[in-house]
Amino acid sequence: MEKQPMIEMRGVTKRFGKVVANENVDLSVYPGEILSVLGENGSGKTTLMNMLSGIYFPDEGRIFINGKEVVIRSPKDAFVLGIGMIHQHFKLVDVLTAAENIILGLPGALTLDMKKVTADILALTKRYGFDIDLNRKIYEMSVSQKQTVEIVKMLYRGANILILDEPTAVLTPQETDKLFSVLRNMRDSGKSILIITHKLHEVLSLSDRVSVLRKGKYIGTVQTAEATEMSLTEMMVGKKVTLDIERPEPIGSEVRMEVKGVSCVNREGREVLHQVSFTAKSGEILGIAGIAGSGQKQLLEAIAGLQPVTAGSIIYFDEQNQQRELTKCSTAEIRMMGVRLSFVPEDRLGMGLVGAMGSTGNMMLRTYRSGSSVFTDRKTPRSMAEKIIKELEVVTPSVEAPVGRMSGGNVQKVLVGREIASSPRVLMVAYPVRGLDINSSYTIYHLLNEQKKSGASVLCVGEDLDVLLALCDRILVLSAGCVTGIVDGRTATKEEVGLLMTQGDRAHAKEETK
Amino acid sequence: MSTLLIFLQKTITQGIVLLYGANGEIITEKSGNLNLGVPGMMYMGGVAGLAGAFLYENSTANPIPWVGVLIAILAALLCSAFGGLIYSFLTITLRANQNVTGLALTTFGVGFGNFFGGSLSKLAGGVGQISTAATSGGFRTTIPFLRDIPVVGDLFFSYGFLTYFALIITLLLSWFLFKTRLGLNLRAVGENAATADAAGINVTRYKYLATCIGGAICGLGGLYFVMDYSSGTWMNDSFGDRGWLAIALVIFARWRPTQAIWGSFLFGGLYILYLYIPGLTRDMQEVFKALPYFVTIFVLIMTSLRKRREDQPPASLGLAYFREDRN
Repeated sequence: MEKQPMIEMRGVTKRFGKVVANENVDLSVYPGEILSVLGENGSGKTTLMNMLSGIYFPDEGRIFINGKEVVIRSPKDAFVLGIGMIHQHFKLVDVLTAAENIILGLPGALTLDMKKVTADILALTKRYGFDIDLNRKIYEMSVSQKQTVEIVKMLYRGANILILDEPTAVLTPQETDKLFSVLRNMRDSGKSILIITHKLHEVLSLSDRVSVLRKGKYIGTVQTAEATEMSLTEMMVGKKVTLDIERPEPIGSEVRMEVKGVSCVNREGREVLHQVSFTAKSGEILGIAGIAGSGQKQLLEAIAGLQPVTAGSIIYFDEQNQQRELTKCSTAEIRMMGVRLSFVPEDRLGMGLVGAMGSTGNMMLRTYRSGSSVFTDRKTPRSMAEKIIKELEVVTPSVEAPVGRMSGGNVQKVLVGREIASSPRVLMVAYPVRGLDINSSYTIYHLLNEQKKSGASVLCVGEDLDVLLALCDRILVLSAGCVTGIVDGRTATKEEVGLLMTQGDRAHAKEETK
Repeated sequence: MSTLLIFLQKTITQGIVLLYGANGEIITEKSGNLNLGVPGMMYMGGVAGLAGAFLYENSTANPIPWVGVLIAILAALLCSAFGGLIYSFLTITLRANQNVTGLALTTFGVGFGNFFGGSLSKLAGGVGQISTAATSGGFRTTIPFLRDIPVVGDLFFSYGFLTYFALIITLLLSWFLFKTRLGLNLRAVGENAATADAAGINVTRYKYLATCIGGAICGLGGLYFVMDYSSGTWMNDSFGDRGWLAIALVIFARWRPTQAIWGSFLFGGLYILYLYIPGLTRDMQEVFKALPYFVTIFVLIMTSLRKRREDQPPASLGLAYFREDRN
């Protein structure tokens, strides 16, 4: 006998102005299963899920819960139907405690009895094996703790259908494992779980079935057991892509930048970079690997003049091979010296671009000082923006459309496009493909290789070791703020790099005993 | 009575107006609405209460005080809540800029008060001729016997009932915000409307209700000023800085009603201190009048330096909420 689906979506369409986010999508989830919703960025996964959670209202189509047609007008309607969604950006109130967040908006006696509430929640967390401090304020919690609060919040509200939007994007591998085991527990107790992701190995290890979206359209659903990374990728991108990343031989190899014994201290006075030394050479890509928060961000920011350096020196070699000291210089001073240094930060819309401005305006962030009249020159940046949009195939309604409304991949193309337009001699990129789909990622790899071929020294902080090993000529491994090794990208193995990534604390300890 | 006792009495009298305004603004701001229309809503409440009492007393030969009081209160509540409703419609439904709307509401409310207050004066025969003796007497009735205790009676029991009601409202508001579910929901709306929405809270309803009730509470401040403090008559522009002081008091109290109680007395005292320091020149008086603002700036600096999250304004204060916004 065929089981009845817990959720069924039929012919759902959603438009935002001219952009069609979802077109005629069908989807079904059964009780006691984990369904992955797989798709590239901007393929409409989140939009589709938001229609289940009542954030968006579909323009067309029907939704059935347990075989009954329903209308979900608001998140409240979704709760009543037992649908709980955990968004990428957590929906938690920072100044309230975990327990207060969990009971937010729930009916009950007028006065609050926090002791009883806490006891109730504790009973629930024990059942699924969660570990949280309910009286802690959200702003004191780590990302993974916040995620736990979100999940408990949904369960406490009696959610039978749990939707998770890229839950592992912010977690360490250990936290991811923990999350997955909790999700499996929940599936085994009969709940339906929808997980939005574009990480193929997670799809394969966690889910029972996979539904694939491409450019807002529903492509199909397959049993995970019958799928492979290759077959899923094909469904996702529509054409066969080679997973190989090209790696041209390094050219020139003269020293571009020398970093000697650089240390940095964070706001709390803790050392986040310890005696970091390396050289960056022209015509090569130097990868920087490490567990998140090992000092990658601080290293790039120190070079860019955004982070004060407590010890050591940063020396840049200019066109005449003259040494230029960048150590104590601010970003503006570095630029005034004529150093061609470009930086694509991790936080694209926070540090890199202004979300509310169009592409032209964002180009001007780099060029507003040029020109002689008091009026700004909008023509040059506009043509530059147009060129980037055309060459990098940025999908946007117009050059003046706010970049904040573009999908992640397009935002990154605009940012990288702008940074390489000044033909940098040193290009630093942090997590250049984070949140990007496969096609966009390859465009970015290609752009980095282009820069390498034209003689730039590229510094690339990455998280995916497979990519770093395929793309980079050398890989510097950071661990707890220390350089634990610099390996050859062509010969190193994943295990070797992985081991180096965990040795920082030991390196620290060794030094202290000396 | 000693000068000190009189000063303390006046301090409390001054403070009550501010306390009403601050409470009204606290509940409003806790919903994420920064309503700078407090002065305007005070004028609206004050003049509506006065008009109610005046029309009632003129329509009957022997006005009964408590009927006049009820009419005045009702008129004040409705009119100032209407001020809050105008603000709510503009900022919540039409998503107009909150600062601009609030300032416009103040301009409107002050003009509204002066226009109708002036008209009432004209009906009564001239400026300061409005007489609502019975109703005003009702507002100013003190508790018998207790009033007659020396010193203690002067200090604690020489006021009309709106004074004690202000304290009750403050305690009720504090209990509501921090001890009830609805209060928790309201705070969530002001902190992070998207989160509250996703938790199934009707953000629009909470914002409307909080802003209108907040407006009504501000209006009680205006009513107290007109019927009790000014003994039931009208002078154009007589409220002075009190509306703005109430908004400053919200910051001073760090959005906690109970803190606003002593804050209101501090502000009230500082506001009239210049009258009790002998030998002040005209320009020094102005400096003294500015003391409450200096104190507020000082508190702002201190809370900014300490950066305690609990002392910060509601996180989404001043921001309109639209569910389908993509960012």
